[in-house]
Amino acid sequence: MKLTDHEKEMFDGVHGRAKARAMDLLVRYGEALGAERLVETDNVAGAFNASTPSVRELVKKGFDAVYSELNLDSAEVVEVPKMVAHTCQLITGIDNANWRVQGIPDDLAEQQKRGEEYFGSRGINMFATCTPYQVGNVPVKGEHCAWMESSAVVYCNSVLGARTNTEGKESTGAAALTGRIPYWGYHIKENRRGSHIVEVNIDVDDIMDWGLLGYYLGEIVDDEIPVLTGRYKQPSLIKLKHFGAAAASSGGVEMYHIPDITPEARTVEEAFAGNPVRGTVRYGDKERRTAYENLNCATDRNVDFVMLGCPHNSIDQVWLIASLLDGRKISANTELWVHTPRALREVADRNGYTKMIMDAGGHVMSDTCPAISRHMPKGTKTVATDSAKQAHYLPAITGVSAWFGSVKQCVEAAISGRWDGGLP
Amino acid sequence: MSETLVPKGQTTIVLRGRKVVGGCAEGEAIVTRDTISGWGGINERDGTVIERRHELRGQSFKDKILVFPGAKGSSGWSAYFHMARLNGASPRAMIFNKMTTKIALGAVVTHAPAMTELDQDPLAVIETGDWVKVDADNGIVEITKRRG
Repeated sequence: MKLTDHEKEMFDGVHGRAKARAMDLLVRYGEALGAERLVETDNVAGAFNASTPSVRELVKKGFDAVYSELNLDSAEVVEVPKMVAHTCQLITGIDNANWRVQGIPDDLAEQQKRGEEYFGSRGINMFATCTPYQVGNVPVKGEHCAWMESSAVVYCNSVLGARTNTEGKESTGAAALTGRIPYWGYHIKENRRGSHIVEVNIDVDDIMDWGLLGYYLGEIVDDEIPVLTGRYKQPSLIKLKHFGAAAASSGGVEMYHIPDITPEARTVEEAFAGNPVRGTVRYGDKERRTAYENLNCATDRNVDFVMLGCPHNSIDQVWLIASLLDGRKISANTELWVHTPRALREVADRNGYTKMIMDAGGHVMSDTCPAISRHMPKGTKTVATDSAKQAHYLPAITGVSAWFGSVKQCVEAAISGRWDGGLP
Repeated sequence: MSETLVPKGQTTIVLRGRKVVGGCAEGEAIVTRDTISGWGGINERDGTVIERRHELRGQSFKDKILVFPGAKGSSGWSAYFHMARLNGASPRAMIFNKMTTKIALGAVVTHAPAMTELDQDPLAVIETGDWVKVDADNGIVEITKRRG
C-alpha cells in the first residue's frame, strides 16, 4: 500500500507506539482488502467501551491493555494518547443509570464507568447510542467517515451521502488515533452506484411497512445497492432508520438510493450512473407476508417482554409510546423497556414522557439494548418488538421467541400481556 | 474426528487465489453456502453458528478450515472473530468468495491464513469433511476429497 510521508512516520513509530500499532493494523487491513492507499477521516464512530464479562480479565491489566488488544489488535500494550479524529462511542452493553433493571452486576457497571473516564479523557464522545446522527454527529455529503454499527453505516451512506464502509472495533480504534482508514469500497464514488431495481408494488408508508420492505430486500440483495422505485410515500428519519437497520440485518445492505429523496440520486438513471442493472426485486403483498412470517418466530401469545427502540428511538417515537400508555398500566406479567439515546432521554425527562412511561410500569433505557447487552428481564421466553433488527437477532443470541409488529401492537401487548398483533 | 486421515492414493485438487492474511494451515473443511454474521451469528466462546435458519446452525468452525461465501450483518463481525481467537475457538483458516470490510478486518484479527479470489468457486469444489491445506503466502489451496 502507498503511504504518505506522515503515514510512514506514524508506521515507523516517530509519533509513538500507539500510532505505530494503529498503522500496522490499518496496513494489514488495507492489504487484505486490496486497497491502494488510506484516506483521511475526521469522523469516527466506534466501540470502545469495555462492558462485557469476557473483558473483565483484560481490564485488570488496565484500559491501555483493553484498547491495545481490542481496538488495535495489538498484543503489545501501548500507552494510548488523545484521539486525533473526532470520535464517538456507539452503543454499549450497560445503561449507566438502569443497570440493575437490566440485571447487570454492579462491578461491570463500575467497569464501564471507569472505562468512560479513560476514553472520555482521550476525547471519545460518550454518545452511547447506535444512532449518532440523532444526537449531533450528522456528517456532510461526501465526508469520509469511519463508522461501525450497520444501521448507522447504511444511514450515513444512503440518507446523508457521507462515505463509510462498515468498519469494526479494531479499524475504528486505529482510525481515531491516526485519522486514516483504507480508501476502498464506499469511499470511492463509482462503488456507490445502484445494482438492483426494487419495484415497490404496494403502498409503503408506515414505519412497520418500511421495516418489512427493508427486511425482505436485504435478504434478496445481500450487500448490493438497491434502488427503490414505485409506491412508497415520502419517508422520514425514523422510517429510514428502521428500513436501513432491517435491510442491514437480513442482508448486508450498506447503501441504497431512493431517487428524488436520497442525496446521490435525483433519478433512477443517476442512481445507476451507467452501472448495469444486475437484478430486479418485486415487492408486493406476497413478499410483504414472507418478510413478516420470517420475522415472527413466536407461537406463545403470552408476552413476557416488550422491547421498543431499535435503532434507538427518536424523541417523537418516545412521545408516541408515552401517549399510547397515558393513564394506563402494563400487565403484571410483562416488562416494557423503551430505548432512546441518553441525550434524548434528557428531553424525555424534561417533557414528562419518561414519567408517563414509568407511571404505566415501563422503563426508559439508554446507552444499550437487549441484543447488545444480552440482558432481558429474567425468565423472558417471548418478546414483542417493533424492531425488525431485534426480532432478527434476539432469538439467535438469547434463544427467545419473537413477535414483530407495529409500536401500537407492541404497546397493546404490554398492557394485556398477550400478543394480538398481526399483519394489517 | 476420525476422518482426518487422508486415504492413500487419493488425488488432490489445487486451487490458486489471493492472500488475504498470510500463513499456512491445514485441517478439515466446514463449508456453507450461507453468508455468516459475526455478532449475533456466532457464539464466540465455542465457535458455533447460532443464526436461526442458517445451514450451519449448531455446528462449530473451531479448528476447521471455514469455507463460506463471505460476511454479513453487524459491524461486530471482527470483534466476535477476534474474541473467538482469544477464546481459542477460531477457525484454522478461512476461504471465502466475496471481499467486504467485515471479512477483511475479521480475517486480519483472527490471525489465521485467509484467501479469496480462487480460480474456481471453492463452494463448488470443497465439501465439508474434505482435508484442505491453505498456503496463503504462495496463494495455494490443496484439497483432498473425503470420498473418491
